[in-house]
Amino acid sequence: MSFPWAHEYTPSHPFMKWMDEKLPLPRLVYNSVGSGYPVPRNLNYFWNFGFLALACLGIQIVTGVILAMHYAANAGVAFDSVEHIMRDVNWGWMLRYAHANGASAFFVVIYIHIFRGFFYGSYKAPREMVWLLGVVIFLLMMATAFMGYVLPWGQMSFWGAKVITGLFSAIPLVGEPLQQWLLGGFAPDNASLNRFFSLHYLLPFVIVGVVVLHIWALHIPGSSNPTGVEVKSESDTVPFYPYYIAKDGWAMGLFAFLYCAMLFFFPNALGHPDNYVPANPMSTPAHIVPEWYFWPFYAILRAFTSDFFFIPAKLMGVLAMFSAILVWFFLPWLDRSPVRSGSYRPAFKKFFIILLIDVLILGYCGGAPAAEPYVMISQIAAIYYFAHFLIILPIVSSIERPDPLPFSITEAVLGSDEQAALAPAE
Amino acid sequence: MIRIISILVGLFFTLGLAWSFGNGAYTAITEPAPVTAEHEFHLVPKEVHFASDGPFGKFDRQQLQRGFQVYKEVCSACHSLRLVAFRDLAALGYNEAEVKAIAKGFQVPGIDPNTGEANMRPGLPTDYFPKPFANDVAARAANNNAIPPDLSLITKARHDGGPYVYSLLTGFQAQPAELLKEFPDAKTPNGLHYNPYFANLNLAMAPPLTADGQVQYGDGTKSTVDQMAKDVSAFLIWTAEPKLEKRKQTGWPVLGFLLFATVLGYMSYRSIWAEKKKKKA
Ligand code: HEC
Ligand code: HEM
Repeated sequence: MSFPWAHEYTPSHPFMKWMDEKLPLPRLVYNSVGSGYPVPRNLNYFWNFGFLALACLGIQIVTGVILAMHYAANAGVAFDSVEHIMRDVNWGWMLRYAHANGASAFFVVIYIHIFRGFFYGSYKAPREMVWLLGVVIFLLMMATAFMGYVLPWGQMSFWGAKVITGLFSAIPLVGEPLQQWLLGGFAPDNASLNRFFSLHYLLPFVIVGVVVLHIWALHIPGSSNPTGVEVKSESDTVPFYPYYIAKDGWAMGLFAFLYCAMLFFFPNALGHPDNYVPANPMSTPAHIVPEWYFWPFYAILRAFTSDFFFIPAKLMGVLAMFSAILVWFFLPWLDRSPVRSGSYRPAFKKFFIILLIDVLILGYCGGAPAAEPYVMISQIAAIYYFAHFLIILPIVSSIERPDPLPFSITEAVLGSDEQAALAPAE
Repeated sequence: MIRIISILVGLFFTLGLAWSFGNGAYTAITEPAPVTAEHEFHLVPKEVHFASDGPFGKFDRQQLQRGFQVYKEVCSACHSLRLVAFRDLAALGYNEAEVKAIAKGFQVPGIDPNTGEANMRPGLPTDYFPKPFANDVAARAANNNAIPPDLSLITKARHDGGPYVYSLLTGFQAQPAELLKEFPDAKTPNGLHYNPYFANLNLAMAPPLTADGQVQYGDGTKSTVDQMAKDVSAFLIWTAEPKLEKRKQTGWPVLGFLLFATVLGYMSYRSIWAEKKKKKA
């Protein structure tokens, strides 16, 4: 693993020597986030978001574990137990707002992290496994957040659970029994709430496990960088400690500032007022909308309004919604361009920007009522979404002519690299 | 191979969407969605300012006490406040004896210590506000088949909470003639009341604040309908989030500290990287 010039861990203190022989944990830390891990010197701020995602996971687990000490997963009292946290538990309001806004912050960070990957071709060889594990994490995050949102047992919790589990009923033959099996009944009730809480507590730790694999897989080839040119020599890299610890550290400060501004001054801005109304199976809210981070996918789900040949519209919507994420798994093989970074791919760059705007439009429509013109707009936006990944990307990547790449990272940063003179002409 | 499959899958979804789009566009042209009275006559809440607004917002305790009085004397006949305990009222500036006296003024469900029978007893500070109706059926029966919602969280449970409640309370009016001209079927049904701030324009609550001086304030403030509506809305902002003031007050030192830490972090980042950033030119 890593490059030949990586610093070697040499414990000096007798205890650390002893420890290193018995269980080389300090060595592991040194080699993964210490001086033993060489990183490209030219990473821009988009490379801070993996670290920030880790911080978010930490915040969610710490606040979540403490909330769980005061929360009661019983349909009769869940809503009131959350209000008990808000009113009577010392600093309970802060924990709860930290957790709810923490979920939003987590998704903001993860979306930037993912779009960084789209633009800089981070999913390409030799980092396919890192990417695949990342998509798994994203799916687990969505499941975790969905189940977490059910826990306060407000109107949106209840109706969101009903709509989302209802998606499974679109599956032919087994759909209805499957939905009942998932919920433990005909509609969301105590049984559903209990299993959702159990899984909501479990999944974050599964995420921790997959994150370990994600970082392990990353550290085999090492990080990519904004030029997409692989590391060639020592002058292309700097050791993670102190260079990237310092950079991640200050980025973390900025992130914490924005997150706390949200938490203390606009804690309900991203929430839905209906979730402050206790769940009521007899009264359907005027508009059932999920949390904002699901909106793009929700828009795709609702964009299918007509049966397509023999496939019911609802089933099409469900297939499309899941496929919208599953296509990411195939990205390393759909984008055939040997050039990683979008900076050197003029045609790709344009389509990338369209995709970015497209997803924002989908997000906007997903949060809007299911009425015109939003449905028609989301239909067009969804067409582009699928066309981008499944049609445009494979074709563009084979026909576009990339711009010339720098010889090395060092050349890109310093303007010249003495290694270039020594290298055989390419 | 994967690219051929991918393009086929892509065509499948895009054609499915195009088909939906075509059908949708056809319906939109042939049968445009009807315009509704709600769509045309619903109003967004009025502009109104509360002391607790904004990043430096603080509760006006005098106003909260007046608002509480309005709740107690008017709204509590129909609306519960089940998440608020009498002891919480200490935050409005009442002292222990006053809280005890307020609690005592409410009858809450209890148990007769001699017979074990259910009875009513005077409230204690640890009790929560009692419900005005024994159950939902009784609530519906007394209110034209609508249940008056619990008000504890009402300002968080509606968009623009405080201003919404204020606008609702001051927004009752006769149904506009243009509305009836345009939508003859949309006449406010018997027993409901027209209010353009309510989502479907007609609600089962009769205007609860109707006359200036309906509540006699002890602090000399003139109790106009507008003032009472504002005060009770302010009170309901408090009941929805008693920790609002503490939250904002905690926020500032937290942000100050983070700003300081971030600036230090940025400076150490700059100095650690200084060597590496120099161009060789
Ligand atoms: C005579 C009984 C009665 C009194 C007194 C009363 N209300 Fe209501 N209120 C109702 C009923 C009934 C509803 C339900 C209306 C509906 O859903 O159509 C309601 C609904 C409301 C709503 C919710 C509207 C919505 O968006 O769903 C608010 C807010 C409200 N009342 C505030 C107050 C306040 C504040 C007072 C005291 C100044 C008050 N009410 C006094 C009966 C009453
Ligand atoms: C990937 C990490 C996590 C995400 C994305 C996440 C997301 C969420 C969301 C969106 C809610 C609803 C917030 C609300 O409206 O209040 C929630 C609630 C909750 N979560 Fe999590 N969560 C995560 C991790 C955890 C962990 C590790 C625990 C406990 C071990 C936990 C315990 C709880 C509890 C008890 C609630 C209900 C209390 C409340 O509603 O405030 N969560 N979570």
